[in-house]
Amino acid sequence: MNFKCDKCGQPATIHLTEIVGGNKNEKHLCEDCAAEDGITVKSNVPISQLLEDFVLQTTSAPQQEQPAGPELTCEVCGTTFSEFQDTGLLGCPNDYDTFAEALEPLLEKAQDGHVQHVGKVPHNIGRSQKRQTEILRLRTELKSAVTAEDYERAAELRDQIKEMEQS
Amino acid sequence: MTLADLTQHAGEWLRGAGPMHDVVISSRVRLARNLAGTPFLSRCPREQQAELEQKMRQEILSAELAKGIFYVDVAAAGDLDRELLVERHLVSRQHAEASHPRGVAVSGDETISIMVNEEDHLRMQVLRSGLQLPEAVADANRIDDAMERCFDFAFHSRYGYLTACPTNVGTGLRLSVMLHLPGLKLAGEMDKAFRAAGDMRLAIRGLYGEGTEASGDFFQISNQTTLGRSENQYAEEFSERLIPAFIEYERRARKHLMDEQNALLEDKVSRAVATLRSAKMISSEETMSLLSVMRLGTNLGLTDDMDLSAINELFLLTQPAHLQKIHRRDMTPQERAQCRADMIRRRLDAG
Repeated sequence: MNFKCDKCGQPATIHLTEIVGGNKNEKHLCEDCAAEDGITVKSNVPISQLLEDFVLQTTSAPQQEQPAGPELTCEVCGTTFSEFQDTGLLGCPNDYDTFAEALEPLLEKAQDGHVQHVGKVPHNIGRSQKRQTEILRLRTELKSAVTAEDYERAAELRDQIKEMEQS
Repeated sequence: MTLADLTQHAGEWLRGAGPMHDVVISSRVRLARNLAGTPFLSRCPREQQAELEQKMRQEILSAELAKGIFYVDVAAAGDLDRELLVERHLVSRQHAEASHPRGVAVSGDETISIMVNEEDHLRMQVLRSGLQLPEAVADANRIDDAMERCFDFAFHSRYGYLTACPTNVGTGLRLSVMLHLPGLKLAGEMDKAFRAAGDMRLAIRGLYGEGTEASGDFFQISNQTTLGRSENQYAEEFSERLIPAFIEYERRARKHLMDEQNALLEDKVSRAVATLRSAKMISSEETMSLLSVMRLGTNLGLTDDMDLSAINELFLLTQPAHLQKIHRRDMTPQERAQCRADMIRRRLDAG
């Protein structure tokens, strides 16, 4: 149904329903008349705002959903979810999997409901995926070797990573 | 080729008169990529950032991507050179002002620039004159293919190309079209354009200055989403549906001004040309706004004092870093105002 603006008769694009004292009152306005009445429609939410809202949402009520415990941390790069919330930046490719559950609602909002890539795919996808996973695994091992102060193993792993990156 | 060679002219993308050039200045396509198995830039220790920079610099320069390609070590460059790169749209301001190891490769005609170690490891950018998005996407794709032969990029079967900020994930594609909208601005209809952009899920911002009060009447429109559609779908939607809508708004506003306020418009254009012809000192802001009026007047046939490509070029060459590079010295704002006015007068006299 096409409504006309209550004020000027132009096609109305803004429809308001007010309920005052139990009485329902409907208004139909065009954008210009609505603006004159001081009614602005927030038709677009910038991505930075979405991120901010998302961060507020997840930080203001974390206790209800997440039991207290160690924070979600990427085992490859050490980035924590709250660090991501602070900077808006992820630490490494593995974060997308580590934080998948928390990230997906954000992606869905920021990307207009989409979470599945349908664009270009690297030509060497098979090789690339395999090597990617392998390098990430080696990096994780390297990290534990360093933590365990096993420097011999760490040097070995470092060489392996270098070799794989250069091949 | 070096940076200093660039300062006498604008890049091809700005000088040229591509499709829809009365309203569309340029089309830009940017692809963000990260190396697989490597932390994103902000998580790389400095040593690794330096290593990455070296490796990517080598591969880019040996890949023979474009004629006359050269590399600028942005971290080692002086302030003026960095500012020059920003004025020429070859690097982002963020890239110019960072402090870690980083660089940019630029093709001889400046239609391609590849930022190394920006927010993502690689940001490959293609610039074209006028509305030429599918062409620019095809070129960006060619560069990406060439880079893919050198590197494995971080890719996820669900989320696509992985980027440091999730707002770029998927295609890693950012399309930006620079529009000249003096008609809408004069008619006081920029608010409507901003609302329309919002409804179409587009980001719009003034190229100089902020929000609707951007100076110089130049606006950049970009996609806000990067996931869920293919690169070609994004480009087609932009060039066939979204951008033409803005071109149409602007042309209608110009026609209305011509029909209803011809004398006012002619007066405005004549005064702008007269000021540019006679000023002995002129600020960057005033230059922007007067050149913008002159560009409008030229498009509407109200003045033929200078052709469009010469006007476009002046927008660039009159900016602070360009003036100082051309004169090979640091200048105070007052000195710049004099040199700027001289340059404009000379170019106008040359017709």
